[in-house]
Amino acid sequence: MSTHNFIRLVALGALVLGSTASAQSPFDSAQGRPNLGTPISEAEIAAWDISILPDGSGLPPGSGTPSDGARIFATKCATCHGENGKGGSAAALVGGRPLTSGIETPKTIANFWPYATTLFDFTRRAMPWPRPRTLTNDEVYALIAYMLSLNKIVGEDAVMNAQTLPKVRMPNRDGFIVRFPERMP
Amino acid sequence: MEDLEVVAGNGLLHRRAFLRGGAAFAAAMTGYTLSDSLAAQQLADDAWSTRAGAAIPEYGVPSSFEKSASRTLSNPKGEPRTQHARTPHHLLNGTFTPNALHFVISHSGAPDIDPAKHRLVIHGLVKKPLAFTLDALSRYPMVSRMAFVECGGNSAPLFSNEPVQATAQALHGLVSCAEWTGVMLSTLLDEAGIDPKAKWLIAEGADSLALSRSVPVAKALDDAMIALYQNGERLMPGNGYPMRLLLPGWEGNMNVKWLRRIKLTETPGMSYYETRTYAPILPNGKAYQFYFLQEVKSFITHPSPGLTLNGAGFYEVSGVAYSANGRIAKVMVTADGGKTWAQAALQGPVLPKAFTRFRVPWRWDGGPAILQSRAWDEAGNMQPTRAEVIAQRGQTKAAVTNAAAFPSQHYNGPTSWAIERTGEVKHVYA
Repeated sequence: MSTHNFIRLVALGALVLGSTASAQSPFDSAQGRPNLGTPISEAEIAAWDISILPDGSGLPPGSGTPSDGARIFATKCATCHGENGKGGSAAALVGGRPLTSGIETPKTIANFWPYATTLFDFTRRAMPWPRPRTLTNDEVYALIAYMLSLNKIVGEDAVMNAQTLPKVRMPNRDGFIVRFPERMP
Repeated sequence: MEDLEVVAGNGLLHRRAFLRGGAAFAAAMTGYTLSDSLAAQQLADDAWSTRAGAAIPEYGVPSSFEKSASRTLSNPKGEPRTQHARTPHHLLNGTFTPNALHFVISHSGAPDIDPAKHRLVIHGLVKKPLAFTLDALSRYPMVSRMAFVECGGNSAPLFSNEPVQATAQALHGLVSCAEWTGVMLSTLLDEAGIDPKAKWLIAEGADSLALSRSVPVAKALDDAMIALYQNGERLMPGNGYPMRLLLPGWEGNMNVKWLRRIKLTETPGMSYYETRTYAPILPNGKAYQFYFLQEVKSFITHPSPGLTLNGAGFYEVSGVAYSANGRIAKVMVTADGGKTWAQAALQGPVLPKAFTRFRVPWRWDGGPAILQSRAWDEAGNMQPTRAEVIAQRGQTKAAVTNAAAFPSQHYNGPTSWAIERTGEVKHVYA
């Protein structure tokens, strides 16, 4: 090893030790990052990027009505959720007792869910249980319109789309208390 | 026996009595398994001592005599609903949970993920969206730490207005503790470059439900890990193979398994699991949201229902204590239903946000006794009494008959075990 290289090694060692003293990992300094992630574009992530936020961001194009939703529900959802969402092997999607009925009151769309956007997000990502992410966006909008209509949260002719859905005010929107406000961003 | 220092009612001994007592102490020992007639037997070789034993398997399994040390399953056929596998705390000791016995809750089974095809994507409000393979993450500097993971619904049967007769496994089996090894999430976020507007991240799994939860960026930068190993081996499929989010001390469901995507956002996603499932209803009809922390808690595992005491005499009372707010500072144990208390010894090392095993020697006089533990954490939080929990959180109006039911969540009060004259252990409220 040449003297020159030896000095460089010592300098590198000092750099590593120095950053260890100030952080958990010797690779935290900008120079020493492993940088083994592959840059990826948002377009490439699109098929996985299915999060819908309460302000409606993430909602795709498309639309649906309660009557469209009723037809889809009968063929794709009623097996588990019962006729007209009355409940079966899976949860009821219509009705619900007041939350003051007891701490174990079943949570429903009508008595609990604070955001209509969550209905779209969860239905699209997780339903139907045996075949998730097979519904078209129009079908999801229609099913959400149907569920909201069944619960009298929107009218029977309401059209749900990326503009109307985030504006739906759920009955229990203000029913929540943040448990640890000091931990909230 | 006279020189053993009794420090609390019904025979609780000083936590260091074992060190002080010497020969007198040893003579006083009986226990869960020691047979009275053992010393009188003529010893001889048993069959297993007179021939070579079985071939050693590539992947070890416990003794055939330990089959009862198994998880209990709520949905063994994997029907289209949640599966729960509960840890048999009453049959374990120490502080970490073996991988095959670590609790699992899965809302749609365990996906069979090919690690070569799995990707972790970090995107949203970052300067440079990145995708990581398992191979790439395996080259990063790693950290190992002990951490408990607890379901927000663990101990939920204690919200029943009458005590549910069930084992520690049934009541508290949805918490476990392991040594997790992986890459600090802060390292990866640093490489992607967080936009200062990002206050939350939405973590999502590769399971069929694509389960998602929102996590404050502050927690991600504090001590969140992309865990790749569990007790030294790769994660179990039910615990998130090949990678999961580990948020030490925070609600189990937020520790997203089979992690494939992290999206940085300004606001929380208000996902199904944070706005519905893990938002417990309060007596006034409001509900708690973002119940991040698994607060200070303890329960006695030995003795507990299923471990019948074998006659009066010496037993060790022991259990586990843990808190999202750091290390366990103190555990007190009573044998007389809370009238008098003895300080338990804490088995070291006492680590933050991990199980601490507590132990206290006990001389059972053969009469009725009620055992209970209470823990304090280093942040000064005291495990509340059940009455305090119920005053704030309510209880059921009818007795819960199904120990697998979840009448509410985030019970961190104590658990009381009544010892009957027969040596049987029952769950009571005291």
